[in-house]
Amino acid sequence: MATATGVAGSALGRVSRLWRRPGRIRRIPVVPLSIVALLLVCAIFANIISPHDPRGADETQRERVLKTLVPPFQNWDNPLGTDRRGLDVLTRLIYGARTSAVISMIALGFGVVAGTVLGLVAGFRGGWADAIIMRLVDAALAFPLILVAMLIVVVLGPGIQNIILAIAATVWARFARQVRGEVLSIKERDFVTLARIAGVPDQTIIARHILPNVVNTLLIVVSLQIGNVILTEASLSFLGLGLPPGDPAWGIMVAEGRNFVIDAWWLSLFPGIAITLVVLAFNFFGDWLRDTLDPKLRRL
Amino acid sequence: MQRYILFRIIQAVVALWMLSTVVFFILHVTGDPVAFLLPPDATAGQEEELRRSLGLDRPLYVQYVIFMKDAWTGDFGRSTTKGTLALDLLLERLPNTIQLALASIFFCIIIGIPLGVIAAIKRDSLWDNVAKFIALAGQSAPQFWLAILLIILLGAIPAERGLPSLPTFGKGGIEHLILPTVVLGWSIMAGVVRLTRSAMLEVLDSEYVKFARVKGLSERLVVWKHAAKNAVIPVLTFSGLALGGLLNGSVVVEVVFAWPGVGRLLLDGVIQRDFPVVEAAVLASGFFYVCLALIVDILYAYADPRIRY
Repeated sequence: MATATGVAGSALGRVSRLWRRPGRIRRIPVVPLSIVALLLVCAIFANIISPHDPRGADETQRERVLKTLVPPFQNWDNPLGTDRRGLDVLTRLIYGARTSAVISMIALGFGVVAGTVLGLVAGFRGGWADAIIMRLVDAALAFPLILVAMLIVVVLGPGIQNIILAIAATVWARFARQVRGEVLSIKERDFVTLARIAGVPDQTIIARHILPNVVNTLLIVVSLQIGNVILTEASLSFLGLGLPPGDPAWGIMVAEGRNFVIDAWWLSLFPGIAITLVVLAFNFFGDWLRDTLDPKLRRL
Repeated sequence: MQRYILFRIIQAVVALWMLSTVVFFILHVTGDPVAFLLPPDATAGQEEELRRSLGLDRPLYVQYVIFMKDAWTGDFGRSTTKGTLALDLLLERLPNTIQLALASIFFCIIIGIPLGVIAAIKRDSLWDNVAKFIALAGQSAPQFWLAILLIILLGAIPAERGLPSLPTFGKGGIEHLILPTVVLGWSIMAGVVRLTRSAMLEVLDSEYVKFARVKGLSERLVVWKHAAKNAVIPVLTFSGLALGGLLNGSVVVEVVFAWPGVGRLLLDGVIQRDFPVVEAAVLASGFFYVCLALIVDILYAYADPRIRY
């Protein structure tokens, strides 16, 4: 045990202690993290690792017509089969990972920034600012994510930037509410009062003393929302409200395969499995993060 | 207490007003139903006439004032595509959505609570993980995909082979309700399982459960009668809020199963720019959510005197 005590104070020691206490602090979820890593690799290197072009630009029309609806596991050229237009399913799955990752990361980014800023203002200032922001939050939450997104996409037209806007416009409210709740309790703590007495300006108190104490909670809430965001994007694509038809997105692939599901089961099955695995991975990871960082939030 | 309730009611009304205002302006500023209603070769004169008959020729703020005045009495005008009153359309669909929502909540509780209890008493065992996995799988699988899988496995394939199968679309007898209920109920089960599990863990650790054990009651009686009964209170609160969400109509499930509910009404209305229908449906769903949230908050305030805002 000499080595263990040797590194106990270091970051490595902290991590290794995480591994050793099975009851209270769970083991690092290896499988979910690998799935997330695989998603990221697919998203970043889609053009390098996929065997074909997602829109069939690498083959002539003739070549593609000759191999429409090839079942999976038949040849190495199209390991997961082809669709009605002779496009490679594996390639479109990999590009679908890119679509999914890009949309959800950018949308979450906007949502987190807007939600955090508004939550901090509402919680710290109180009064009118709080009342107005929280009524906005109520209005946004009174309406399920998918419906708001639907409205925005239909009104502004399809396209990747409108999906991102639609998702960001709905997720911010959850973050704002959570941050405000935290701020309300943090701002009563002694170190904030002392900073105030010392004449520290409000912006500095928020940035230096309050924000760092909110980050943990925020991280948990965000990680629990990633799966939701991916599902929303897929549902919008499935309903035909997201990206233009023919784009490589998992929701669109399921929708395209829906009418041929008995004869060409692989068209809907594989993208569905991809969505489920990725969302499941993020949900497991979020659960683990919550149990590890903040047991108080277990009821969230 | 009364001041708090009054304050919360005012807040709820304000939230609804903001919701309807936002929807009104988003719809009216960006979309024109006239283009959807007339044939492509219509003359400019016909277009003007239709616009006047729908009241869309007046300035936007006048339209808004009229909308607000009428909406207060439940009058949203006539559907621009179907000609019937928007409120009537909504009321016709609402029972279907309520039926599906109640069935889903019931399914979710009937399966979710036992799973949560088992997860708690067999904590950190295989059972715990299986329960967690079932719950999270329902939350993670996209509803449309789950629906398609069930339609094939329980509807299309047995029907093709001449075996007994479940109906896969539309509304009819109780058997039409099964597949949509399973998809919808399963997707919200994770919250119920998690809440039941953590509440059970807390209750099982309490003095009266220990006392019941010391008294020599059988383990089954202790767990299901003494502990579980007290652990389900937060679960029921959660289910109340989840019901509020389901009453909005779940667009995806209603579309895949061709269920004639509010969600599909809303989707069609949005696509066809049917302003009165969308406004009625949005306000109704907002109303449900805000009312249920209000009830939950007030009950909490009664139960826990420390809650004051």
